[in-house]
Amino acid sequence: MDRKILHVDCNKFYASVECCLHPELRDKPVAVGGSEASRHGIVLTKNEIAAKYGLTTGEPLWAARRKCPDLVVVPPDFPTYARFSRMVRKIMADYTPLIEPFGLDEAWLDVTADSHSGREIAHLIRRRVKEELGITVSVGVSFNKTFAKLGSDYKKPDAVTEFSRENFRQRVWPLPIGDLLFVGKATQRKLEERCLYTIGDVACADPALLQAMLGKWGPALHAMANGEDHQPVVPSEQAAGVQSVSNGMTTPRDLVDDRDVQRVITVLAESVGRRLREQQLIGRTVELYLRDTRLVTTSHRTTLPHYIQSTGDIAATAFELFQKNYRWQQPLRSITVGITALEPDGLPCQLDMTDSTGREKRETLDKTVDRLRQRFGDACVRRAILLEDPALTSLSPYDAHTVHPTGFSGKLEDIYEP
Amino acid sequence: MSRKVYVEVAAVFTPEGTVLPQEVHWEDGRVYTIDRVLDIRHAAAMKAGGCGIRYTCRIRGQQTYLFLDDGRWFVEAHEA
Repeated sequence: MDRKILHVDCNKFYASVECCLHPELRDKPVAVGGSEASRHGIVLTKNEIAAKYGLTTGEPLWAARRKCPDLVVVPPDFPTYARFSRMVRKIMADYTPLIEPFGLDEAWLDVTADSHSGREIAHLIRRRVKEELGITVSVGVSFNKTFAKLGSDYKKPDAVTEFSRENFRQRVWPLPIGDLLFVGKATQRKLEERCLYTIGDVACADPALLQAMLGKWGPALHAMANGEDHQPVVPSEQAAGVQSVSNGMTTPRDLVDDRDVQRVITVLAESVGRRLREQQLIGRTVELYLRDTRLVTTSHRTTLPHYIQSTGDIAATAFELFQKNYRWQQPLRSITVGITALEPDGLPCQLDMTDSTGREKRETLDKTVDRLRQRFGDACVRRAILLEDPALTSLSPYDAHTVHPTGFSGKLEDIYEP
Repeated sequence: MSRKVYVEVAAVFTPEGTVLPQEVHWEDGRVYTIDRVLDIRHAAAMKAGGCGIRYTCRIRGQQTYLFLDDGRWFVEAHEA
């Protein structure tokens, strides 16, 4: 029997919550945006009215105001958004325990066990969220997670779209390939160079060709485009604990050279390392996300032969990754450093008899510094590199670390069963 | 336009775990006795904003909404 999967997306979530709480804003163009003083002055979300002026997410507020002079900018209130998110999940929990959140405003539900049809449950959830919480959701209904997600994007706000085995060829295949989850700009460009513009084009392409173009992603993408996505809905309580630790920040000024980047990477690695040690984890895949002044984001990752935990190791690996990959086409405005492929600290591992790299020493030193900071505050011991440009490095990402959705389990074999 | 007014409420906690409001103490000190609770459900406060557990109450023959949100009670007051 086919599964019944729903994907629920809270439309323009932050802006909708603000409009729900402040009815006087409802008929005005509203954007939720960060503080302009510390350069977080970008549009996080906007309501439908503001969207009509052509505002886009991630756009600087000054540019948004030029398009829409009457724009009302509201600072974000994350605790309240988290509370609404919990209330939405509570409604979903009335229909299934299998809920996999994707960020605050999205979730997959597996309602196969319920006697109602997927579409009926989707409408119940849509109506209840609107009546009980005063915000709207769009729901995608399908037999797999990928198409369910496409469905919730297909028609919004306050709508239900079903992609069934019977209609997906007519309705999903004409959509641009970039709409598919995981197909970023780079993949999309590669596919378009081969005249593969729509999901249908990819679904009907030769898997061997896709493999040659995209490596192991090729056949996985081919399977997803054909609706053969077997990823389970993994409830958050069952998700295997922390999957990654990362910290990012938009810097108070643009970064223009390697030294700037090294400073910021050091600040971020300090926080990532400290959180890793607090949770007694070690990891060996280091990730780096770079966002340039045109707001184009690129990501890079490397997997090391051994596990690391110390700030110095994380910073050095991330910086090496940066030097290998970035050519300074543009100054940078935001960097995120993360570590995944985590294991509990204490995992048996091959020790180095002489500790020739000094790794053990560095880790001991880090733990000592963590303890000092706990007792005497963050500023009691600092790295010299962070004193070179205090304006750039004074922000502590540790105190305000960002939570990123971990999302899909990320295992290829779940999507694609050869 | 409605105004969101947080109010003091006297309530009874039933052995079943239901909370039933009995009296609303208005800002200016007036006390309104709730004659009857007609309906209890989670709902958005469309006029004043926000949401919570909505009690549809009859007070002095008039039907009115009383909301309980995150431990605080509020009503949608008509702007004078």
